Amino acid sequence: MKKLMCIFALLLPGLVLAAGSSVPLDKADYDLTDKASLQRGAQIFMNYCLGCHSMKYQRYQRTFSDLGIPDELGEANLQFTGEKVTDYITGSMPEESASTWFGAAPPDLTLVARVRGADWLYTYLRSFYVDESRPFGVNNKVFPEVGMPHVLQPLQGTPRETNERVMIDGEMTERYVGIRAEGDGKLSPEEYDQAVLDLVNFLEYTGEPARLESESIGKWVLVFIIVLFIFVYLLKKDYWREVH
Amino acid sequence: MSNVSVDANQSAPKDNQPQDNTRRRFLTVATSVVGGVGVVGAAVPFIASWNPSAKAKAAGADVEVDISGIQPGQLIRVMWRSKPVWVVRRTPETLAGLEKHEGQLKDPNSEAEQQPGFAQNRYRSLKEEYLILVGICTHLGCSPQHLKDGAFEEIVEGVPNGFFCPCHGSKFDMAGRVFENVPAPLNLVVPPYQFVDDKTVIIGSEGEAV
Amino acid sequence: MQGFLAWIEERIPMMRVANMHAIQYPAPRNMNFWYVFGFLATIVLVNQIITGIWLTMNFEPSAERAFASVEFIMREIDYGWIIRYMHSTGASAFFVVVYMHMFRGMIYGSYQKPRELLWVFGMFIYLALMAEAFMGYVLPWGQMSYWGAQVIVSLFGAIPVIGPDLVIWIQGDYVISGATLNRFFALHVIALPLVIVILVFLHIVALHEVGSNNPDGVAIKHKKGSLPESEKTPYEIHEYYTSKYDIADDVVPFFPHIVLKDLVAFCVFLFVFCYIMFFAPEMGGKFLEHPNFEIANPLKTPEHIFPVWYFTPFYAILKAVPDKLFGVIAMFGAIAALFALPWIDRGRVKSWRYRCGLHKWNLIVFAIVFIFLGYLGGTPQENWKIVASQIATVMYFGFFVAMFLYSKNENTKPVPARIPK
Repeated sequence: MKKLMCIFALLLPGLVLAAGSSVPLDKADYDLTDKASLQRGAQIFMNYCLGCHSMKYQRYQRTFSDLGIPDELGEANLQFTGEKVTDYITGSMPEESASTWFGAAPPDLTLVARVRGADWLYTYLRSFYVDESRPFGVNNKVFPEVGMPHVLQPLQGTPRETNERVMIDGEMTERYVGIRAEGDGKLSPEEYDQAVLDLVNFLEYTGEPARLESESIGKWVLVFIIVLFIFVYLLKKDYWREVH
Repeated sequence: MSNVSVDANQSAPKDNQPQDNTRRRFLTVATSVVGGVGVVGAAVPFIASWNPSAKAKAAGADVEVDISGIQPGQLIRVMWRSKPVWVVRRTPETLAGLEKHEGQLKDPNSEAEQQPGFAQNRYRSLKEEYLILVGICTHLGCSPQHLKDGAFEEIVEGVPNGFFCPCHGSKFDMAGRVFENVPAPLNLVVPPYQFVDDKTVIIGSEGEAV
Repeated sequence: MQGFLAWIEERIPMMRVANMHAIQYPAPRNMNFWYVFGFLATIVLVNQIITGIWLTMNFEPSAERAFASVEFIMREIDYGWIIRYMHSTGASAFFVVVYMHMFRGMIYGSYQKPRELLWVFGMFIYLALMAEAFMGYVLPWGQMSYWGAQVIVSLFGAIPVIGPDLVIWIQGDYVISGATLNRFFALHVIALPLVIVILVFLHIVALHEVGSNNPDGVAIKHKKGSLPESEKTPYEIHEYYTSKYDIADDVVPFFPHIVLKDLVAFCVFLFVFCYIMFFAPEMGGKFLEHPNFEIANPLKTPEHIFPVWYFTPFYAILKAVPDKLFGVIAMFGAIAALFALPWIDRGRVKSWRYRCGLHKWNLIVFAIVFIFLGYLGGTPQENWKIVASQIATVMYFGFFVAMFLYSKNENTKPVPARIPK
């Protein structure tokens, strides 16, 4: 019995993975040190997301300085709601009307990357497809019945769900293979993926603005602890030599 | 440092007692120093976290003031770093009167280091007409009252306008200079500021051109 | 200078206490790495208190502002994120070291006579720590804070007759609300820390009265006059101990020997701690759960809710029992059984080194079952897990039952009179 439990414990992680989401998530290969990508992501966010979503725990000025954008440039190109550069990034949509239009207030996006994870966001934003039965005419593979329109459609083009016919257990079945845009968007599929990645990168940044600083301080702290360890260990050995 | 008593019983030989005390002493000192550095380093975030927050610093940024509407003799108050800042448009008579009572002042030429260089003179301002002061008494931080049109005569004879601190009775003239025999030690503070044009002044920073 | 120190010493015996409880405290020389976790727990306690005080300076305990004020600390305060991560990582680290510390006590029989009260004080610390951690987790007012509190407070609703009223009384509202947050804040920042500090003090006083156990479970204090001079320790030990006992040549002074050993362990611990804190403060969603980065929403329960990892073994036991009241009883019973350990174990031999093979296996399986329960309680519910958690729950209690039975007439190995060289 006990041995069985041990074997069981070893098998567990595999079993958990098997019970995951139905759509496999694509890996978001984001890079917080890529300032250009973050700046493009911020631009997409301010243009396409901020209309409905807020980012109310983050201030413009902090964002601009972390992203290497001079205040004046940021104010001119990335601020549309008449706030000051020192203000928090609040959306322009009042919560009540948002609830009426969408059924629920669009969530604040400051921390969305820490709630959902980068991979989820990256896949989600690339998984809208045309579905006339939905109020906004689109549905999402990762978030079925989503209450959000496909705001990035002008960039991506009209996204169609594509399936292939495959033989499974002797029966022809439709299998989902991905989303294909009709080519009427401003961006090519590769450019669209890159744009979404930039946006995800930006959202990763806003989720934890101190991430990079944390890692650069952390390296030195760890080096210091190793030095401290060496001295403490030698001193301990020196005292304990006389004991054993 | 060793806790081995000197007269330890010989039948319990500690044959590997420290042969080399300098090594132990060196290690003790080195460990203490490195450990001390660690403690100081660990204290940094705790000390730094008492600084004004990034938001407070942002709120303490430069303030732009439109001065075109101020009438001669009028005082307006604006907030800069959550402190009251006065902008006064002085009349020619007031400016002319500044010289008369200089004998009664502690520091008529503003020699104490507490203001931008341009204010180390009789008028304590960039443009003589406009006096800009942090409206906080240099004694214990109350905000003095602006007494004008002769109301200040009751406080200092022969001086029609001035500032009077209700808390402890400190007196200042229309250049923010403190009178003798009051508790306030220094003249009122002139904040850094610059004129963008004739109508606008920015409080919080001095322009390079000045 | 000497005169000044003597002047102080006459009025408050600081040096005497320092000598008695640290510098000249006799510690068994065979204490191994299992014996560092008490020291580490103290360090983490100090860390939690200091970072906690600093967090209080900017945290705002209201339903409207709590979540935003945590983000304010993370973004607007200089190094606020370090202080917050020290506190959040410290909470989990506390339970890691406390669980290791408790398991040490179990394998070396440190709860046995004469250390029963020492163990009981320790269990009270553990209990207070759980309350402290639970209330602390509510404060950031994220989704897990809210719904975790909802579930745990609802447990009290299982109590017959008074349950439902008790829940409302604890909440101070008809649901978990700002009122609940406020009282939990008060308890978290002052009441429970005080209780924990006092209990830790008592735990140490009790330890120093009965003396430290060791991996061989061999006494280092012998009857006065029973040891020849040659077998007594050459170290200077405080007369508080030497006047009552003969202290064998099996000890080292706490300072510097044990302190240095603890400091070595501390460096290793600090390395792991800082690595997590600076590079992976969420620890894959275990230390800071992902849904907790979303503000509490009383209208929307997260898809999967479970408590933080250190509660999940008991949470699994709760879920394993299909009846609400009996589930709660089983959960509290699981903790109560640990309290009773000194009386459940009827053995005379302390360390598992000299006890029967069954005892060793019993302990190892218990540890595995505990971790397995933790896994079950901290992952989404699935059908197979219901049966698995029921089996594991039976095994958890089986540990105590088995011990009670075999410890009466146990086949033990001879215990040496002195710590083996």
